[in-house]
Amino acid sequence: MKEQKKKLKLKVSAISQGTVIDHIPSENLFDVISILELDKTPNMITFGANLDSDKLVNKAIIKVSNQFFENDEINKIALIAPHAKLNIIKDYEVVEKKVVEIPDQVVGIVKCFNPKCITNAEPITTSFSVISKSPVALKCKYCEKITNESQMVIK
Amino acid sequence: MKKKDLISITDYSKDEYLKIMELAADFEKNPNQNLLEGKVVASLFFEPSTRTRLSFETAISRMGGRIVGFTDAGSSSVTKGETLHDTIRMVSQYADLIVMRHPLEGSARYAAEVSSVPVINAGDGANQHPTQTLLDMYSILKTQQTFDNLNIFMIGDLRYGRTVHSLLMAMSEFENPIFNFIAPDELQMPEEYKMFLRDRNIRYFEHREFTDIISEADIMYMTRVQKERFSDPMEYEEVKNVYILKNSMLANTKSNMRILHPLPRVNEIATDVDKNEKAYYFQQALNGMYTREAIIAHALNLK
Ligand SMILES: [Zn+2]
Repeated sequence: MKEQKKKLKLKVSAISQGTVIDHIPSENLFDVISILELDKTPNMITFGANLDSDKLVNKAIIKVSNQFFENDEINKIALIAPHAKLNIIKDYEVVEKKVVEIPDQVVGIVKCFNPKCITNAEPITTSFSVISKSPVALKCKYCEKITNESQMVIK
Repeated sequence: MKKKDLISITDYSKDEYLKIMELAADFEKNPNQNLLEGKVVASLFFEPSTRTRLSFETAISRMGGRIVGFTDAGSSSVTKGETLHDTIRMVSQYADLIVMRHPLEGSARYAAEVSSVPVINAGDGANQHPTQTLLDMYSILKTQQTFDNLNIFMIGDLRYGRTVHSLLMAMSEFENPIFNFIAPDELQMPEEYKMFLRDRNIRYFEHREFTDIISEADIMYMTRVQKERFSDPMEYEEVKNVYILKNSMLANTKSNMRILHPLPRVNEIATDVDKNEKAYYFQQALNGMYTREAIIAHALNLK
């Protein structure tokens, strides 16, 4: 078991340039990948899930080579990975650390929970104003109904 | 210049409320004004609502405008699967103004984004119906001569009734209102509106019993308890007959008090109330036409 973990660590570590995103809940790993459009990146990415963490029983980690994120971009994952931490790597060294922050507006990403909302009937990009960050509450720009954290579904 | 859509009541400022009131009074004095001559208004009723449609279409006709559109989606390309997006794109190329009613919530806000001409929301599902609120306001102003220091009673379905929510928000813009809510437990005013009032230090009181407390009212706003709002039909049966206003209950009410109701009523106001001078709901409906003339004139910058 210990050997395996060591091996995994070796596999996912050590990028020379890029971003390491840590403390992602494992169950949201693939949503994070799709929100950040890492499924379309030409850069090398490695990820691991179900790793041990102090905060999360099951945490996931993503390492992206040669790619750096603007705050606006990275904050999009705050809804599903509120404790995510970023290490910005240059020449194998961590040169900057970042945490994510829930933005005031959420465009796309989340579905409106209201089945009678027009955004669930036609291909419309959803848009919400964040009326509470903890717990998260999103007010739909269209139907004006509030989607709570427990009702949140990623598009 | 920004397009003057009316989707939610809060799209208008306090000044705009007052302007609509002034224009409505002007249209009441002289309903036939040829302001829409040469203009085409699209009246798109994706679900039928005869009352609202007739009020709008009469307003347009009295202003000399021409109407295109449909009275329910069954007779239009919508049944062929055309999206709201495409319908609005097309219609906004033909018409100078769109009046629309649609069963889905948020449809009017979305249409306003797609449309190049102003959109007036004539009801988007259970969400908003702002022209109803403005006609309610005009009725309040006409009967009370002021928007300030009024004690407004809201009775019946305060949980799902969109008209009471919008009226509450609009009237909160004025001086020193007091709200009294009378509703069964299942249909109480939602917390978000009570929080809205608390944030503004506006007084409100909640009651479960329909008692002599109404002697304090300046306005009694009655709503109907709609069966389709209940997931459990038993729950509806239990509350449907609880809040019925009868003429005998009005004996101790203030002389200036007037009873409003968005109509149609079911049984929440007994017919013996109709002959009481405090019953205002039929005049209220007529006020809708003047108010809609005012809203159209404002949307197209005609006044
Ligand atoms: Zn919505």
